[in-house]
Amino acid sequence: MADRIVFEGELDLQHMNFVTALSARDLYLDPLIDRAAADENIVITGADVSTGGRLGEFKRNYPERFIEVGIAEADQVGVSAGLALEGKTVYLQGFGPFLALRALDQVHTDLAYQNLPVRIINTHAGLTSGGGPTHYNLMDIGVMRMLPNMLDIVPADAKQCIKVIEATFDYPGPICIRIARGAEPLVYTTDDYEFEVGKGITALDGTDVTVIGCGSTVAFAVSAANGLAEEGISVRVIDMHTIKPLDKELILKCAEETGAIVTAEDHLIDGGLGSAVAETLADAGVGIPFKRLAIDNSEFPPLGDSYELFAHFGYDPEGIKKAVREVLAKK
Amino acid sequence: MAVDKERLKFLEEKAEQIRKDITVTTNHIGYSHMGGGMSMVEMAVALYYDWMNWSPEKVDDPHRDRFVLSKGHCAHVLYNIFVDKGMYTKEDLWNEYNQIGGRFGMHGNYHYVNGLEASTGSLGHGPSIAVGMAIAGRLNKDDHWVLCMTGDGEMDEGSNWEALMTASHYGLGNFILICDKNKYQIGGSTTDVMSLEPFDKKLEAFGFDVITIEDGNDMLQVLEVLDALPKPDSQNRRKPIAIISKTIKGIGMMEGFADSEQSHLSMVPNEFMIEMTFASIEALRKERD
Repeated sequence: MADRIVFEGELDLQHMNFVTALSARDLYLDPLIDRAAADENIVITGADVSTGGRLGEFKRNYPERFIEVGIAEADQVGVSAGLALEGKTVYLQGFGPFLALRALDQVHTDLAYQNLPVRIINTHAGLTSGGGPTHYNLMDIGVMRMLPNMLDIVPADAKQCIKVIEATFDYPGPICIRIARGAEPLVYTTDDYEFEVGKGITALDGTDVTVIGCGSTVAFAVSAANGLAEEGISVRVIDMHTIKPLDKELILKCAEETGAIVTAEDHLIDGGLGSAVAETLADAGVGIPFKRLAIDNSEFPPLGDSYELFAHFGYDPEGIKKAVREVLAKK
Repeated sequence: MAVDKERLKFLEEKAEQIRKDITVTTNHIGYSHMGGGMSMVEMAVALYYDWMNWSPEKVDDPHRDRFVLSKGHCAHVLYNIFVDKGMYTKEDLWNEYNQIGGRFGMHGNYHYVNGLEASTGSLGHGPSIAVGMAIAGRLNKDDHWVLCMTGDGEMDEGSNWEALMTASHYGLGNFILICDKNKYQIGGSTTDVMSLEPFDKKLEAFGFDVITIEDGNDMLQVLEVLDALPKPDSQNRRKPIAIISKTIKGIGMMEGFADSEQSHLSMVPNEFMIEMTFASIEALRKERD
């Protein structure tokens, strides 16, 4: 494994370089397109998803194995369950808010209760849709981590999403894989790192404080840590890609070794990663300086560009820096 | 072709026996959705004892016909059939119904009960699941039926109509929707709670070939309709089939319960009531003969 596996320097989100940003929504299909040639049981269901890019390629290569049901998420989940009952491994791509909310009964009963190998490709994570409160995906982590049998995974970047797909090919139960609407910065500068479901990754080691993120906030945390290093603050960044089952051991280890924790997530403050970490600390009787960065739930989030909204709610790199200084001051 | 008399007699007697088994089971387990169970008995018996390519030995056979019970609260009908088929004992069912560690829930779980095709209970789920299974049949190039039974009250659920659109869009010639139209739901008659009519026209408009059984509690009529169906065809597009089976909720239950919202849940027959219910069930035969 390489000494340093994450990018250097700070992100300029207003002028993001899309050469180094990739879309998991497209990339997750790479291993599927490869594998589907030999494995006839791989199918994809869609509820009126656009079929450009690699999804179009899958559809052209395996037209009968791309099953479109129209704008009908409840039906999409049920049909996916029926396919899985017959031995198919189903990749169900759809807008996260409609799967986690509208079709939740089907996700709960048809997928989780029946414990079927359906992978929800849960797009439009958090505020990344830019579509306003109807299209924000704010409570899926909270919902999915409550479901028995469900694995809830939030890849840190598009290339890690490939690792997620590969690591879970043969997993016999349901999985929710949360990804952004579009391109996001790459966290990792190498593929040469271990990915294991349920095991958080120490993306960057540090000693003063730990920032635990998932999905897009891992890049923000690395950016913040890179900036804070110049102030002489040593920040550990944990990529908590698996929310359920949660790597509690790692959380408690970080609490002990760094003595302060900040969590950052593109999700409502209730029920998400921060809640899960707080529950872990409280259950273990650990009281340390701690702060959750997430979306305040006193009102529906405003309209706006997602990167502006991240800053508005304080889990962008600058917000993370501020929180790190705050918890350090309490140590 | 006329239905063979011996075949008809066997199935009529089996239906009568299953109705009695449901009654006794309900006495033992304390409660069940007896009314909706009683209404679907002829169809369930015709399918499981005669028409479907199904037997206890075939529950894992990929070529078997599949029956998805979307009205999952009536799983007790299938449990009693499975007991009668020797897959479980009566004691298994009576001792393990809704008990911690037991296999037989008010709503069935296919992980626990061999023979069930899916875990159902939340209404409006079965049709989508069955459509997915039928699409899998097409992918696997295997010509078996996937049947899905709903109640009529259940057709209030919009997700069912999403599933019907999908079945029709894909031209699934291996899918059959059976609606056990017993005219009642928890809140009262289906016409009072939420109008469904013209149900047959709605199904036709959704692209189905619709067949109505005028008396779905008449085994002869059930068999005549089933016998006239084409063979399942997973590969070639055609209109999917919907059977509206007009039945009587709680048929065979004591006077005051049948054909009434009183039959919906949990008549717990005591010994005296069992006797009365048996008499009422036997009266159905006398009426018929």
